[in-house]
Amino acid sequence: MYNYLAYRFGTSLAVMFGVSIVTFGLVFLTPGDPAEVILRQQLERQPSQQEIDAFRAERGLDEPVPIQYLDWLSGVLRGDLGSSYYTDTAVSTLLVDALPLTLELAVVSMAVALVIAIPTGVLSAVHRGSAVDHASQFGALIGVSMPNFWLGYLLILVFSLTLGVLPVAGAGSYSQLVLPALTLGTGMAAIVTRLVRTSMLEVLEDPYIDTARTKGLRERIVVYKHAFRNGIIPVVTIVGLQFGSLLNGAVVVEIVFQRPGLGMLLVDAVFERNYPVVQGIALFTALIFVATNLLVDASYRYLDPRVSLGGETA
Amino acid sequence: MNDLVGSLRTRYRDVRTSRELRAFLADPLNIAGLAIVGTLVIAAVFGPLVAPYDPAAQDVPNRLQGPSLAHPFGTDQLGRDIFSRLLYGARLSLGIAVLVTAIRLVLGTTIGVLAGYAGGWIDELLMRLVDVQLAFPGLVLALVIAGILGPSLRNVMIALAVVGWASYARVVRASVLSTKEREFVQAAQLMGVSRFRITIRHLLPNVASPVIVLATLNLGTVILGTAGLSFIGLGAQPPTPEWGTMLSAGRHYLRDAWWIANIPGVAIMLTVLGFNLLGDGLRDILDPKHDATSEKIT
Repeated sequence: MYNYLAYRFGTSLAVMFGVSIVTFGLVFLTPGDPAEVILRQQLERQPSQQEIDAFRAERGLDEPVPIQYLDWLSGVLRGDLGSSYYTDTAVSTLLVDALPLTLELAVVSMAVALVIAIPTGVLSAVHRGSAVDHASQFGALIGVSMPNFWLGYLLILVFSLTLGVLPVAGAGSYSQLVLPALTLGTGMAAIVTRLVRTSMLEVLEDPYIDTARTKGLRERIVVYKHAFRNGIIPVVTIVGLQFGSLLNGAVVVEIVFQRPGLGMLLVDAVFERNYPVVQGIALFTALIFVATNLLVDASYRYLDPRVSLGGETA
Repeated sequence: MNDLVGSLRTRYRDVRTSRELRAFLADPLNIAGLAIVGTLVIAAVFGPLVAPYDPAAQDVPNRLQGPSLAHPFGTDQLGRDIFSRLLYGARLSLGIAVLVTAIRLVLGTTIGVLAGYAGGWIDELLMRLVDVQLAFPGLVLALVIAGILGPSLRNVMIALAVVGWASYARVVRASVLSTKEREFVQAAQLMGVSRFRITIRHLLPNVASPVIVLATLNLGTVILGTAGLSFIGLGAQPPTPEWGTMLSAGRHYLRDAWWIANIPGVAIMLTVLGFNLLGDGLRDILDPKHDATSEKIT
């Protein structure tokens, strides 16, 4: 068990090292000379050679690339992600300020998703082939296919503009969290419903379920006490993995609802070519992603003792 | 004798194919998927011939008109005909989806075959590369790449292609690893068949099924990704009739002209639904052992 965890921790570190190279290297995708392009964007005119040279010297961009990378990496390891090109605010401060709004959105959305998906998925599996099953499966398909930015505007149109019961946008109050969480959560619910259904169907075919039935246990006990407990295990994995991909959806949803979280910070920074902020957020989201995967793996092994320990994961 | 075996084999294959085809066509959901995708293809190919208006033609006096006989889906904030723009947009969305998916597929398959077949440090290196790509939330990485390259549809396509190949590489590698141990591949190796030929003749046919399923579902995700990045402002720039861009422009007119944002929304949803239906249906017949818990969206 501990060997396995140590191995997974080691590979995660290796992956994060790769991630840091990619994140740092992204800047070099800039068409033309990054310093010149950044300055042109900032000054809204063609910068002079002196200005370019001064900017390079100030930001350490006159060093050879490997040195720049090592400087950046050693800063990152000390928690220093650099500072914004525009305001000189530390990127870490910007991240810490924006994070709670995104985290709040992600957690509440996941709760919305589970509240919808677990009962629907279980019902669907227990009544396989019934009208309930077909309806929930079709609903899930629609949910997976719906662009979440469109769903967001539909909800705004109905609840804010027509019924006038919820605010259009912004952040800070609970009423401003309802529509974004519904937007992000229902899309997620669609994915989780399908997984709960598949997982329950597999468990319900296990011999021990037949045993429980032959013992004369009531169907409700069989399903909810015996099948559900095992059926829900894969869902834990998926919830963990999807939590990372909630960050994808959060970007778009934050734009729709004008929530100044990580997603909006990222989009603004991308358009302003505020590279330290872009790199900081890319690195940070990847770290969350890798860390949740690691946690999920560890918890999965804890929850399901049948999983062999020390095994290869590929 | 050989002829007889050959013809029996062909016949067996035909029977199996037709049985699978019949099972596929018996499911109304698959028919619905085919119908949606078929409509989209027709719209993409013949749209410009059918479109009643020039998609860029502004008609300001007739702006924000609701659906009518003259404009079946109404007009937008500049008086352009939404139906015509939708038809031109179909060509754009489908073209991008096919191209990006093709790049992902070729890139991912090549890397997967290389890793699985070569093994050793090459495998290790390539798989860590896959891990690094999958360590980023897909849309976040695509957004950053497209943004740094600069807002344009071409750059969105590059970004989406770069962030989506890893799942193909994993699927292909796993399949190559198991296929290369089988007797017929080892026999071919002993007979001195070249590695390239073994790959083409023996390894690739065995990965075709999961890759086809993945690609079909991918067409839908690419359309969602393109629309999402265009919505943010990184993809198609305003006069282009791209669905995400159209939806984004319509958001300021939600109250007075609901059709501007919602009609492209419906178009995106139906298209993605079509590919999802087809992908699920294909999976049922091509890849029945698929483990649903390993599904992952990018």
